[in-house]
This record gives sequence, C-alpha cells and structure tokens, in this order.
Amino acid sequence: MHIIRIKNLTKRFPMGKGAFTALRNVSLNFAEGEFAGLIGPSGSGKTTLLNIIGSLDAPSDGSVEVLGQSIGALNAKEAARLRKENMGFIFQSYNLLQVHTVYENVEFPLLLLKFGADKRRKMVLDALEWVGLTDKEKSKPPQLSGGECQRVAIARAMVKRPAMVLADEPTANLDAANSHNILKTMEKLNRELKTTFVFATHDDKVINYLQRKIFLLDGRVDKDETIRPTTTGDHVARN
Amino acid sequence: MWLAIKLAYRNLIGAGLRTWLNVLVLSFSFVVIIWLKGVMTGWDHQAKTDMTNYEIGGGQYWHEAYDPFDPLSLYDSHAPIPEAVRAEVQAGDMEPMLFLQGHIFPQGRMMPAIIKGIKPDQSIFKLPAASLDTVTDAIPAFIGAMMATSSRLEVGDRTTIRWRDANGTFDAAEILITAIFHSNVPSAEAAQVYIPLEKLWDISLLEGEATVLTFRDSEAERAELSGWVLKPKKLLTKSVDDMIKTKNAGQSVLYGILLLLAMLAIFDTQVLSIFRRQKEIGTYIALGYTRKEVVGLFTVEGTMHAVLAAVVSAAYGLPFLAWQARVGWTMPIDASQFGMAMAQTLYPVYSVGLVISTVLILTVTTAIVSYVPSRKIAKMSPTEALRGKLQ
Ligand SMILES: Nc1ncnc2c1ncn2[C@@H]1O[C@H](COP(=O)(O)OP(=O)(O)OP(=O)(O)O)[C@@H](O)[C@H]1O
Ligand SMILES: [Mg+2]
Repeated sequence: MHIIRIKNLTKRFPMGKGAFTALRNVSLNFAEGEFAGLIGPSGSGKTTLLNIIGSLDAPSDGSVEVLGQSIGALNAKEAARLRKENMGFIFQSYNLLQVHTVYENVEFPLLLLKFGADKRRKMVLDALEWVGLTDKEKSKPPQLSGGECQRVAIARAMVKRPAMVLADEPTANLDAANSHNILKTMEKLNRELKTTFVFATHDDKVINYLQRKIFLLDGRVDKDETIRPTTTGDHVARN
Repeated sequence: MWLAIKLAYRNLIGAGLRTWLNVLVLSFSFVVIIWLKGVMTGWDHQAKTDMTNYEIGGGQYWHEAYDPFDPLSLYDSHAPIPEAVRAEVQAGDMEPMLFLQGHIFPQGRMMPAIIKGIKPDQSIFKLPAASLDTVTDAIPAFIGAMMATSSRLEVGDRTTIRWRDANGTFDAAEILITAIFHSNVPSAEAAQVYIPLEKLWDISLLEGEATVLTFRDSEAERAELSGWVLKPKKLLTKSVDDMIKTKNAGQSVLYGILLLLAMLAIFDTQVLSIFRRQKEIGTYIALGYTRKEVVGLFTVEGTMHAVLAAVVSAAYGLPFLAWQARVGWTMPIDASQFGMAMAQTLYPVYSVGLVISTVLILTVTTAIVSYVPSRKIAKMSPTEALRGKLQ
C-alpha cells in the first residue's frame, strides 16, 4: 500500500519573465513504513519535493497523492488538516518555538488536535522518553544544545504518531555522535510505530542509515535504490 | 479561540521584557486617561456646585436691562421686586439683590467695583452675609478672595466706597470689611463689594428695588415676570459647560497622543513580530495551523497586551485613582490667577462607564492595530515563511 504516490510531477517557480523548473517529471511511490531519503546536491529540488509532499506547496503539473488525497486539489484548510493529522515535520534549523518550554513545544501538535489534558501529558512524556529528554521538559530551546534541540524537534514531529515524518536536512547542524544518536532514535520509531520517514539530505551520515536512496539531479530522479534492512537494523555501510 | 488565547499568553509571557514594556505604556495610558477624565468631571461638578452656592442658586430672574458684561447697564437695571414673588421673598426662597456701579478706594487707589446689596439673613448662598449683621459706625461689607488680593484688603480694614444715587448725585461712605470668602467663582468675587441690601436701598434711594432675583429651587416651573428675564440654572451654568467642553477638546489631543504612543508601540511590535517570526509562522503552518488561524493568534497576542495592561493598571491604578479622589489634585500654581472657575484642588470623579469605556476603546483599538499588520501573514507562502526570507 502506497501512502505517497507521485506521478509526472513538475514544479516551476516564476522567475523574471520565464519560469525556473525545480522538478521535472518526477514519479515516485512510497510505501507505509519506508525509511527513505532524497539525496542530491544543493539545488537539486529535495526541499521543493518535500514541501509538495507536505502540502506546503502545490505542484505545477502532474499529480501528488498523499494518503489518498490529491495535494493540488486541497484548499488551505484541507491541507492544514492533512498536515495536522498525518504529518510530522523536522527542519534543518529545528524551528522550535523559542519562548515555549521543551514540554510545550512537544505538546503543540496535540493542542492543535484538541486532545484532552491527560492524554496530552501522557503522549508528551512518551515522546520525550523516546528522545531521552525527560529531564529537560522545563528548559527552553535557547538553553539546549543543538543535538537536544533536534531531539525536541523529532519528539514534536513524532508525538502525535503521524503516518509520515518529513525531515529536511535534520542533521546538518549536528556532530557525528549526535547525528548517529538521532538517526538511531528515528530508526527505532520507524520500526516500532511503522512511521514512514522521508528525508532530504546530502549528509553521508544520514545516507548510510537509509533503506531507500532516491538520487535527485537537476530536478529529476537519477537513481532509486532500495537496500534490504537487516533484522537488527544495522546496515552495510557505516562510518 | 481558547487555544489561540493559551498560545498567545505563552508567547507574550515568553517574550518577557518587550511585552512588559508595551503593557506598561498601555497601562499608563489607561490610568492617565481615566484620571484626566475624572479630573475634568470633578472640575465640572465642583464648578457648578460653587456657582450654585455663591452666585446663581437654583436660577435667577434678571432685570431686563441687566447685562453683566456692560457695567453701564447697571444704572438702569433695577426695578421694584414684583408683586408676584413677594411671598417667595418673604419665605426666604428667593433673594433679591441690587447691583450698583461704584468705586472703592483701597489705600488711596481708585478701583471700579460693583456694590451688591444682599440680605444678611439670606440662606440661599454660602456667602458670609451673616457677617454683615454687626453694629458698626461704618457700612459692614464682605468681599471675595480675588477682590481681597487685588485690593489688598483684609478683614477689619476700612476703606471708602463711592456711588451715584438714583438722582445721579455722587456720595461716599466708609466700609468695614467683615469677611472674605473663597468661592472659586470669579464672577462672584472680582471687583465686587457686598453690603446689606437695606443699606444699599438707603444710600441709592432705590428702596425695595432689585437687579437680580435668585430662587432656591432649580426644578420648579417658573412663571414669566414682565420686565424680568428668566435665567434657568442650565443657562447660567452654560459657561461652565462650554469651558469644560473646550478643556475636553484640549484633553482629547492629549488622549490622542497617549493613545497614539501606546498604539505605536503595539503596532511596532506587531510589524516587527511578523518579520522576525516568519520562521515561527511557517512552523505553525507546517504543524497544521491555517494562515487564518495564525492571523488570529497574532491578533489575540496583540490584543492581549491591552488585557494585561488592564490587569496591571488595576494593580497600581485603582489605588492611585482612589487616593486622588480622596486627597484631590492640587495645582502647583495659584488657580485664582486663571480667571476662571477653578478650585485650587480638584477632586476627580470617576464613573463606572468611564472606566469601562476607556478599557473597551483601548482594547478595541489595540485589537485593530494588532490585526492590521497580521493580515500580511495571510499573504505569506508557507514555504517562504519557513525559509524566513520574506522581505
Ligand atoms: N520559491 C522559489 N522561487 C524560485 N526558485 C526557487 C524557489 N524555491 C526553490 N527554488 C529553486 O529551485 C531549486 C531547488 O531548490 P530546493 O530548495 O528544492 O533545493 P535543495 O535540493 O533543497 O537544495 P539544498 O540542498 O541547498 O537545500 C533551486 O535552484 C532553487 O533556487
Ligand atoms: Mg533544501
């Protein structure tokens, strides 16, 4: 069962008199529970594709279906609802709410879903445990290290147990040790909760964890390789 | 909405100093506006009460020739007390007063003065008329504080007054100052000398005549008297109303400036927020907020400044306003120099309506000022907001 179906997707951005084509004729499907990554040099269209999957942007041509809904046809409200209920975003620069505590940041998606206080509390504490930040719930982002911030961002993306997590360069600001910790956490969540992960990255540390590598070049799919995960979750290449 | 309030509250409290500065500016506007309005209302009340007590009672009949702005009119503006009101005068519910143009000679200087005849046993005015009820070789007289200042006369002083009687003959006599009153009503004090009515009848040869008839009850229906013009209390206090209106117009400019300052602070914060917090806005949208909801959040956030300001104002403003109402506000300069009905100490009077309307107006204005820049968010593309690159 494919939860993301992309067919002949083209994305053009208006530029001066003409248009810049960021994605050309991309066709891709993602199954539930995949741990996949969009890999490519800067400007190859990774973020653009992720944004369209995340219904933050609309396709110029072609069709993108996420969980059976056509992204191009959604109005703002429907798109917001799709994101609210089914998607978690992890950004390169964390994008945490600076004046809110760790707890409040992670609680935020649950507030949007209007969950009751008890349910929220339990879910937030679970998510903080997944990322090992139970003791930092009262801290605010400016008091945290980069790795801790990224872990909060993961907890925020995962707390509502969405069908999919879209992660744009989630490790760009992290050192090797932190990157590995975070990727292991995500791997674990992928295994335990069947969450589909789609990364956009050019970071080798991330690439080595991926079960599926989709190479983008100038807005086109250049290569699409799937690597069978071992039962222990360990991969062939590892630095 | 509840969620927006909750989030807005978190954001504001989290923003710390910036929030409290805005809240302080706003709360200052709250308190100052309420206080100023209160002082104006208090002044209005006081000016009218003083006028009632010292000059106009419950309203007056003026002799048809009487014009307070034309001293020469005094030569002709007197007539016998009409038959129709004799009983009322007898009962003490109407006071006849005769005005005569004359001069006073304090320390050898000559000053024009209106000589007013008043009954020592009158009970309509708070004037110290009873002080005229003394046995002395001179004519007992009392004056207002303004007159005392300009003539440098004190209680117990003697001086000369000169007048022209009904036949046009000049005559003069000595007066003894028996009292000085403080009324805050310039038109009852400036250039005026009060002496017993009977004495004035005597020396002016105008026995039984009056210039102005002041009645006690402002509510009762008054009949027309031929040869006299009815001046109801409302009409006589119109000058006070007009003055307060003028003052209010002046104050409005001040409110405007205060309001503008407060609103500028909010507007500035909002505009800045929208540019500085683009990433945050993008994050809200990525997490499933609609742009409309983000606009709502920012509007609530801005408006909440006013709500917090109201709370802060209540904390320090209420005690301050209550204390002011009790001790009054004493002007640093001598109020009698202004030549208008103004007490040295003004006691502000606040109404519930005043407080509610001030809070409401400020809150609504804040909401509008918060909303206007927030609308920009609705035009933002979420991907660009996330990149934080919108200019
Ligand atoms: N809103 C936009 N308007 C115009 N051009 C855009 C816009 N967004 C992206 N592009 C262009 O589309 C191309 C792909 O951009 P995208 O951000 O998807 O690249 P990326 O693969 O994520 O690169 P990076 O690794 O540097 O993040 C780039 O050349 C970029 O300049
Ligand atoms: Mg990118």
